[in-house]
Amino acid sequence: MSVTLQTDAFDPGALLSAFCRGRQETGGICSFTGLARAEAGQTRLLTLEAYPGFTDAAIAAMALEAAGRFGLQDWRIVHRVGPISPGEAIVFVATAAAHRRAAFEACDHLMDWLKSRAPFWKQEQGLDGNRWIEPTARDLADAARWDEAAG
Amino acid sequence: MARVLLFGRLADLAGWRERQVEAESLVALRADLSKADPDLGEALRGPSVQVALDKVLVRGDRTLTPDSEVAFLPPMSGG
Repeated sequence: MSVTLQTDAFDPGALLSAFCRGRQETGGICSFTGLARAEAGQTRLLTLEAYPGFTDAAIAAMALEAAGRFGLQDWRIVHRVGPISPGEAIVFVATAAAHRRAAFEACDHLMDWLKSRAPFWKQEQGLDGNRWIEPTARDLADAARWDEAAG
Repeated sequence: MARVLLFGRLADLAGWRERQVEAESLVALRADLSKADPDLGEALRGPSVQVALDKVLVRGDRTLTPDSEVAFLPPMSGG
């Protein structure tokens, strides 16, 4: 159960292999890897700003809550910060549970929260200059699905 | 004295990300920042800007100590 924010690129396959190792009672592991999109060549570079000590604490608190809600045995989150080129992995989430359904749902839930509510500030450097990005309506709607499910 | 941090578009607007500011409270700090840079002062008053004191979100006024860390957080974009 850990969250890592890092500027260096990571290998999702290596993270998943490490997460799968040494488990006797886990029935299913679900993982998600998000990549930075080029947006048809419009985005040259994505820069993610985090507040160390605040951003990672918020992610860990949310993941612990999700672990309780879905009955996870374990979880792992790795998120890039700093400049990220199109095609590079930006986020890795893995969840482990006794049965697959919980692992799938928790991974989906964690990603929706990370995409819409995690304390990052994202800037796109495109052909027409730089702009700060806020969550899309789609991201917010995806995250709200889980609020309804909880209520 | 408090360590002040700006994130996202607030840092771009101000032209700095981190600064030591002499202030006894959050209200005094906002006044000082606003006096030095009225555009930043106005941006910090925006309803969507949150404040973290020592990495915990707070509302309203708080007393600052020399070790305080105050962060002004514009709307979070998600990852």
